[in-house]
Amino acid sequence: MIPVDIPLWADLLASLLMITGGALTLIGSLGLLRLPDLFARIHGPTLNNSLGLGSVLLASILIASIQADRLVFQEVLITLFVVATAPVTAMLLMRAGMYRRRADGGKKKAPQPDEST
Amino acid sequence: MTTLLPFAVSFALIAFALAMIFAGIRLLRGPAAEDRVLALDTLYVNSMITALTLGIQFGDRLYFDIALLIALFGFVGSAAMAKFLLRGEVIEP
Amino acid sequence: MKRWPSLTLFTVTLFALWLLLNDTLAPGQLALGLILTIAITLGTAVMRPLRARPHHLLAAVRLFFVVLLDIARSNIAVAGVILGPAERRTNSGFMKIPIDLRDPYGLATLACIITATPGTVWAGLSPDGAALTIHVLDLQDEEAWVRTIKYRYERPLMEIFE
Repeated sequence: MIPVDIPLWADLLASLLMITGGALTLIGSLGLLRLPDLFARIHGPTLNNSLGLGSVLLASILIASIQADRLVFQEVLITLFVVATAPVTAMLLMRAGMYRRRADGGKKKAPQPDEST
Repeated sequence: MTTLLPFAVSFALIAFALAMIFAGIRLLRGPAAEDRVLALDTLYVNSMITALTLGIQFGDRLYFDIALLIALFGFVGSAAMAKFLLRGEVIEP
Repeated sequence: MKRWPSLTLFTVTLFALWLLLNDTLAPGQLALGLILTIAITLGTAVMRPLRARPHHLLAAVRLFFVVLLDIARSNIAVAGVILGPAERRTNSGFMKIPIDLRDPYGLATLACIITATPGTVWAGLSPDGAALTIHVLDLQDEEAWVRTIKYRYERPLMEIFE
């Protein structure tokens, strides 16, 4: 259970972080529904991966450290891993989308990856 | 003394559940295969965040290991599927 | 003896990660971690053909905080676009940026920075390495994006890696 005797500043800070994380995750996933095409939709979940996840991790570090009465920062592992891997998935999806729909008219035309200016 | 944190955690859990529903709708609607992979990846990330939040609520460090495992396997699965869409093969000779 | 610095940096990083994963400083785990990391470093040495030579640690720390600030700011911007009216959601597009950075580790870091920042996703590099393509969610002022990438990210990365 949540420790009942956490200090007020930690309570406020963790609550703020949780609410920020929840709101950002909700907005990021809403972007999946509201944005018009695949290339724009890739931008939505980056909200979850960056600040949404980051604030929840910070809140988790804070609460776990208070509970254990020492600094617990194992969550840094998840941060490092997500920072290293989330861009890879996004880039692969972006290139897959470009590769699979070369013929797209107008401003949003996917450029050939091998053309240079 | 009533603390604010249980309410914040409940709000966050509801937000994550809604976010997972949104990702699920995109997963079912498509239209392209890339959209579905993107939705699945979002689902992974959201479930990882949910595991961390449950860890805060129940004060159990075990949820951290669950979140780490979801992150590991989620990345491997999404990257393999994206690579398959890009090349038609996951491991190239 | 040129290769020792990066070898030891890799070992130290792995060792720290091992201790962090086990969340302990017990002597048994210290010994096991030491053996494992040295074995992994020696075993994977042939798989890492290029050695990164990062210097200017101060510039790296400054770049880290610049990126953190930019991520926070563009989070708010992208949230505004998603919640905003329909016409703001439809002016996304690709753009090209001329680039001078050539170091592969620097380019990988730049790709991670661009993609991790909401609103921009790396979409490719021309074969001669002279121009990169990015996809921008809110494409109104191309000049501003070019300036951001070139001065805020590329300059420090060239300082660090070249």
